[in-house]
Amino acid sequence: MSDRLPGFNTLAIHAGAAPDAATGARATPIYQTTSFVFDDVDHAASLFGLQAFGNIYSRIGNPTCAVLEERVAALEGGTAALAVASGHAAEFLVFHTLLQPGDEFVAAKKLYGGSINQFNHAYKNFGWNVVWADSDDPSTFEAAITPKTKAIFIESIANPGGVIVDIKAIAAIAKKHRIPLIVDNTMASPYLIRPFEHGADIIVHSATKFLGGHGNSIGGLIVDGGSFNFAGDDRYPMLSKPRPEYGGMVLGETFGNFGFAIACRVLGLRDLGPALSPFNAFLILNGIETLPLRMQRHSDNALAVAEHLANHGKVSWVSYPGLRTDRYHNLAKQYCPKGAGAVFTFGLKGGYEAGVKLVSSLKLFSHLANIGDTRSLVIHPASTTHRQLTDEQKVQAGAGPEVVRLSIGLEDKEDLIDDLNQALDAA
Amino acid sequence: MDHSNYPNDYIRGILNSVKTIALVGASQNPARPSWIVTKYLLERGYDVIPINPGLAGSELLGKPVYASLKDVPVPIDMVEIFRNSEAAGPITDEALALDPLPKVIWMQLSVRNDEAAAKAEAKGLKVVMDRCPKIEFGRLSGEISWQGVNSRMLSSKKPVLSGKGFQKLGLNRP
Repeated sequence: MSDRLPGFNTLAIHAGAAPDAATGARATPIYQTTSFVFDDVDHAASLFGLQAFGNIYSRIGNPTCAVLEERVAALEGGTAALAVASGHAAEFLVFHTLLQPGDEFVAAKKLYGGSINQFNHAYKNFGWNVVWADSDDPSTFEAAITPKTKAIFIESIANPGGVIVDIKAIAAIAKKHRIPLIVDNTMASPYLIRPFEHGADIIVHSATKFLGGHGNSIGGLIVDGGSFNFAGDDRYPMLSKPRPEYGGMVLGETFGNFGFAIACRVLGLRDLGPALSPFNAFLILNGIETLPLRMQRHSDNALAVAEHLANHGKVSWVSYPGLRTDRYHNLAKQYCPKGAGAVFTFGLKGGYEAGVKLVSSLKLFSHLANIGDTRSLVIHPASTTHRQLTDEQKVQAGAGPEVVRLSIGLEDKEDLIDDLNQALDAA
Repeated sequence: MDHSNYPNDYIRGILNSVKTIALVGASQNPARPSWIVTKYLLERGYDVIPINPGLAGSELLGKPVYASLKDVPVPIDMVEIFRNSEAAGPITDEALALDPLPKVIWMQLSVRNDEAAAKAEAKGLKVVMDRCPKIEFGRLSGEISWQGVNSRMLSSKKPVLSGKGFQKLGLNRP
C-alpha cells in the first residue's frame, strides 16, 4: 500500500489489525492470557527497562488491547493510545500523569455526571482541584487559569446531550497558557468530530458508548495527540524528570511525541492497575469496524426523532443541535457537519411527574443508564446519572427535573416515533 | 528529499542496506535513548560502533568505543547522530571527510540541521533527520504496535517473525 493516508472507513476496519504474526488469523485473536514468555533473560530485562517493544503482562499491555489502541489512535489522528478498563479509568490515568497534589485543572460545567462526581469528590483525595468554567463562554476558562493550572478538560459534544463546545476557542486559550487541552470525545466519536484537528492535545473516550456501540463492554481509551511538548517542562515531572522506576529514564524525551501515552501506561496503568480485558477489547474492536455506518444512522435517526418531538404538543423544548432553530446549530455545522450525534434532551410540559410517566410507558426504548447502544435508550437524569448533584448543579449541567435524555439507536425511526407517541399520550 | 515527510520505502531501504552504524553520542547509561538504540540495533544484527571521546578505549555493550569517526578502522555505512542540531553540522563534516564515504547520515529524533543535510545530499548521501531508527524499525516491522503506537501502516499480510524469538518482527513484511 502507498503512503497515502487511508480514509476513515478503511482505518475503522484495518488500523492496527494485520493478520496475526504467529498464526495468520485474520480476525484479531483474543489473547486471553495474563503473561507472555520472554525470548531469553536479556529480552526480559530489555522489556522491563522499556528498552524493547513487546509484551510482559496483560495489566501493562496485551496484543488484543494493542490493536484497539492503534485503531483508535489512527481514527483520532493521534500518535498513540492506551486502552483501559473504563472511561473513568482513562480520565484518572490522564490526570495522574499530568497533576501533582495541590495542582488545579479547569473543566467545563456541562459534563457527564460521573465525571463531575469524579472531579468534585474522588480527586479531592489526591489533592487535584477542579475549577469549573462555562463552555458556552470560553473566556471563563481563561479567567479560571492560575499558575497551578495543569490542564483544561471539556467534552466535544457535552452530556447530557445537545451541547456543542467551541473546541478551537478553548484550544487557543490552552495554547496561550501552554497547558494541554483534554477533550472527552465519547459522545461525538471520531466519525463526527476529530478534536486534534481543532487543537486538542489529549483525547479520552468511554469506549463503552459509540466505539463499542453494542452495549456489551465497558472500556476506555486515552489518545495522545503528540502536540504538547512535555520534555523539559518542569510542570510535568512524570514526563520531564528522570523516573526512579525506570533507572532515571526521562519518558518525554525517550518516547518523543508519544511519550504521554507511554507515561500513562508505564506509570499509570502499571502501578494503578485499571487494565482492559482482552475480551472487551475484542468486542469493542468489532464495534469500531462499523462505527462510520452506525454513527451516521444514529445521527440521522436522532434528527428525525428530535424534529418530531419539537412539534409535539406535550413537549416544551428539544435541545438537539441538528435542529436549525437550536442555539448550537451553527457550532454543529462547523464541528460536526455529518450529524449532531445520537444523544439529546427534551423537556416535558408536565415536568418531573410527566418525565417519570413517560419513561415507564415506553416499550421499545430501554430505561437504563448508558448511551451509545444499537438500542434506543431513555433516562431521567435528575433521578439517576445526575442524582448526586445539587439542584443548582443539575440545572447547570442541563439535567433539570423536567429533562428526559434519549440515546437514539439504529432501529427504524418510524418505530421510535410510534413508541414515543404512545408514551407521550400516557404522560 | 522532503525532510518533514519520509516515504516508508525510503526509510526501509536505508535500514535494509546499512550494516555498520557509527553512533555518535553513545552513552553508558541504560536509561539514555542512545544506549537503548545501540542495544536495539545490535539485537537486530547491525554492527553498531559507539563514538564518544569521553568513553574512548572502553567497551559499550561489548563493542569498542572510539573518540571520533576518523578513528573507526572499518568502513561506515551510516552515521547516526545523537547530539544536538548544532553539533550535527561539524559531525556531518567529519563524516563527509571519511574515505570511503558513508551512505547515510541519520540525525536522531529532535535533531535537524538542514545545512548539513544539503551538504551530505550534494555528495550523494541519503539523509534522515528528526527520526529514531528504533522507532522506525518498530513502526515498519509492526513491533511498535504492541505499545499502542499509531504505526500508520495498514496491511492484509502477516508480519514476519524475525526468527529470534516470538517478540521480534522482521523489517520486510510483504
